[in-house]
Amino acid sequence: MNPLTENQLEKMLRQAPSDADLDHAVQGLLDRAERDGLIDIAYAAVDSPFGELLVARTDRGVVRLALPSDRGRQRPREEVLEDLAAYVSPRILESPKRLDEERRELEEYFEGNRTHFDVPVDWALTPKGFRNRALHAVARIPYGKTKTYAEIAKSAGNERAFRAAGTACGHNPIPVIVPCHRVVQTGGGIGNYGGGPDMKRALLDLEGAL
Amino acid sequence: MSNESLPPFQELLDEHGSDVLGYLVATVGPHDAEDVFQETFIAALRAYEGLEHARNLHSWLLTIAHNKAIDHFRSRGRRAVPAGDAEEVAGSVPSPNSKPEEAVAGSDPALWQAVSALPPKQRSAVVLRYATDMSYSAIARAMDSSEAAARRNVHEGLQKLRGEFA
Repeated sequence: MNPLTENQLEKMLRQAPSDADLDHAVQGLLDRAERDGLIDIAYAAVDSPFGELLVARTDRGVVRLALPSDRGRQRPREEVLEDLAAYVSPRILESPKRLDEERRELEEYFEGNRTHFDVPVDWALTPKGFRNRALHAVARIPYGKTKTYAEIAKSAGNERAFRAAGTACGHNPIPVIVPCHRVVQTGGGIGNYGGGPDMKRALLDLEGAL
Repeated sequence: MSNESLPPFQELLDEHGSDVLGYLVATVGPHDAEDVFQETFIAALRAYEGLEHARNLHSWLLTIAHNKAIDHFRSRGRRAVPAGDAEEVAGSVPSPNSKPEEAVAGSDPALWQAVSALPPKQRSAVVLRYATDMSYSAIARAMDSSEAAARRNVHEGLQKLRGEFA
């Protein structure tokens, strides 16, 4: 046998584990972390007719739903996760199994077979005060109905703050499930939407609200 | 957002998971690597929130992996892997979802046999140096030793391997 050079040693030791071995080890890790209650935020990609959504949940409920990053003024995935790490907890892991219920309800909604979400919501990303009250009012708008920004402002305790109501909707961390697409302009205009006006129109159309 | 905030834990797994598993396969063997890998990341998850900064996360994880590998050997009540197990490391270990002989031994089973027969400190140092490309100062941190001791362990480990392979 030839004498061993450092280069040979490095080459031999650098056999990276196969993807299959790594995936298997990671899946086992997720199961153990979940059993030990160490995942503060689990997230997964969820398909939709508008592109891939990112859905994240805590023990309390859905904390973030990011619309497809190529739509409207959506932020890149990394930033969405970094914000969650900074404002909620950095113990974030991708765990599709833990989002099964959310995925199922969203699929049913997009197929027109669900008019109400049963999965709970975690408001951790919404500051207390007007914004929080406004988004709670948005969450109460029934399927297929719309409200104006002024009506939302009034529900949140300040009738004249319709612009602030618009800002609250613009910062909705959980669109679709907290249905800010059901908030429209007083004059009949459709108003802004994070996923772009086409998506807003399509959702309202799906619900028979147009 | 400040640079000091911790990245989502998933990033650590994506960026360093392969290195940690590779290191553990080389130290505790393919049969036990997965279990010790999970021990490592569970311990990292527990400690993560209390971490004061996000620097050197790669060597932080490998330090934990190194400690978990030591725990693993202690719990099995031995200091080094006996010769019988060395063959196991290099050869075929039945495992439902992996084929260690392909994933691990790749080029030369005899090398793995020789590496796994090294005393634990030399084995860890050699693997950290050549499998994960860590600097001597990072190896010293990971093994809680001086940099000189890290160099010595790598050097002596290499000498032994050269002896076996010469």
